[in-house]
Amino acid sequence: MSRGNDIVLGGAGKRYGARAALEGVDLRVEPGERVALIGHNGAGKTTLMKLVLGLTRPDSGSVRVCGVDPGARGSRELRRRLGYLPENVAFQGGISGRASLRFYARLKRADVSRCDALLEEVGLADAMHRPVRTYSKGMRQRLGLAQALLGSPAVLVLDEPTTGLDPVLRHEFYTRLDGLHTSGATMLLSSHSLAEIETRSDRIAVLRGGRLVALGTLDELRARAGVPVRIRLRVERGAAPRIAEMLDSPTALAHVNGCEIDLACPTGQKMPLLRRVADAGLAVHDVEVIAPPLDEVYRFFSEGEEQR
Amino acid sequence: MREVLILAGREIAEALRNRWFLAAALSLGGLAVALAFVGATPGGETRTAALAIAVANLSSLSVYLVPLLALLLSFDGLVGEAERGTLNLLLTYPVSRWQVVIGKFVGYLVVLGLALALGYGGAGVLVGYRGGSAEGWQLYAAMTGASLALGAAFLAVGCLVSALARERATAIGICIAVWLGLVVLYDLALLGLLVLDESHRIDQAMLGAALVVNPTDAYRLLTLASVDAVAAVSGMTGLAAEAGLGRPLLVASIGCWILAPLGLAVALFHRREV
Repeated sequence: MSRGNDIVLGGAGKRYGARAALEGVDLRVEPGERVALIGHNGAGKTTLMKLVLGLTRPDSGSVRVCGVDPGARGSRELRRRLGYLPENVAFQGGISGRASLRFYARLKRADVSRCDALLEEVGLADAMHRPVRTYSKGMRQRLGLAQALLGSPAVLVLDEPTTGLDPVLRHEFYTRLDGLHTSGATMLLSSHSLAEIETRSDRIAVLRGGRLVALGTLDELRARAGVPVRIRLRVERGAAPRIAEMLDSPTALAHVNGCEIDLACPTGQKMPLLRRVADAGLAVHDVEVIAPPLDEVYRFFSEGEEQR
Repeated sequence: MREVLILAGREIAEALRNRWFLAAALSLGGLAVALAFVGATPGGETRTAALAIAVANLSSLSVYLVPLLALLLSFDGLVGEAERGTLNLLLTYPVSRWQVVIGKFVGYLVVLGLALALGYGGAGVLVGYRGGSAEGWQLYAAMTGASLALGAAFLAVGCLVSALARERATAIGICIAVWLGLVVLYDLALLGLLVLDESHRIDQAMLGAALVVNPTDAYRLLTLASVDAVAAVSGMTGLAAEAGLGRPLLVASIGCWILAPLGLAVALFHRREV
């Protein structure tokens, strides 16, 4: 399954009227890789996904999924290998969850007899005979996940998959995705929250205003963002002002109280600073290095480097 | 074909579950029974006439009700799914866009056919209970079939509106306008023109053409005027013949009203951005 199930966008662009929803995006998702798309609303995440799903055609550049143009007429075979979970997934309300899933399974020529087991897996066993209109948002999302998993897809596209899920369901959801990852499925998922996808993606693609502004692992993005590392010192009572003064020059002092000092340390200055902390001797009881919050990395890229 | 049937099956299940079907069958049946019994009085005891009168009465009813039901059933099909967000998901499945349009159309047609069969069938049984002749039943079945064909034409128009409109509200508006225009205003306008036409510039052929291009008029002529037994009781004897409109032409007119909007709906839906 992992052979050839890659996603390749070559200079892909899409315009809606005068507005460029996506411009010259080059992105290659390797077989079995998980790439997370992040960016504000309107950054182009959904448009990019629509291109990958063949729902819309690029105005410029090209899109290939498993080597096939997803928007072309001959993409039927490819569609059978695609799983998609839209943001705020919706179903025809009058039909039961079970009937909905069986409908999609038949369309995909997936094993219809697996539907009940799949509903059980996503925790809808008790509700499967109820009309979908009586479902809560979380239940609809779980039904959406069940349909995305029909026929063990080789490529999964998940648009804000965990909106409306409580933390427990969120965890279960990602556990389920981990299973698919292990089996070699390629995944493209979008999220507003870097923290949520931190451990669930191999690389992160940041979109801003329709352009791909950053692509890399989280560590690479952190380094590129250069968001300062926070260092918290726990010091002897009363020694804080003296030590703070001693350390002040190259690092911005974020916060001092009686026995704690917070330092914002620019990337590359961490080791020299820690050496000077060590020089402060016994007055420093503890040192805590706090990696830059992911939200700050996110803000750095999604608001634009030029604004900083 | 398989995909078309799967999609049609979903529409049927949805219509049966949300009681749309029940409401349609009951309104068709209720009105049919009422008209059949009230309208049977002038027929007296003649057996053939009982069903012929029912055919005449029900045709007059179908002309208004069937297009309305058909438009109500189909206007939401594509635009509603787009608005609810189910269309995107559906189109990522291995289905072609034409299959989505045709599948929905077929599903609606089955639902409308069932409602007609139940409503008119039930009323037919009640009327013919006292003993309908074979010819009477044939007429009645033909009328029900023609009503379904008329319904199919308006289902196709509904699908076209649904492929065209960006919002459900727009689609409803267009459908009401189409219904008013084709079912009510068209004939009034035609009548007005004939009254004003003192120098008789509108000849038989022009009138015939004007009637045949409107599916509801084609239907009227097909069920009321082209069968002698019905034409006698509906007061339309020889009208179709005079206008030079044979059955094949009338059937072709309704056929065009099914195929053309449906073809256009498929073409528009193919180009639609979702």
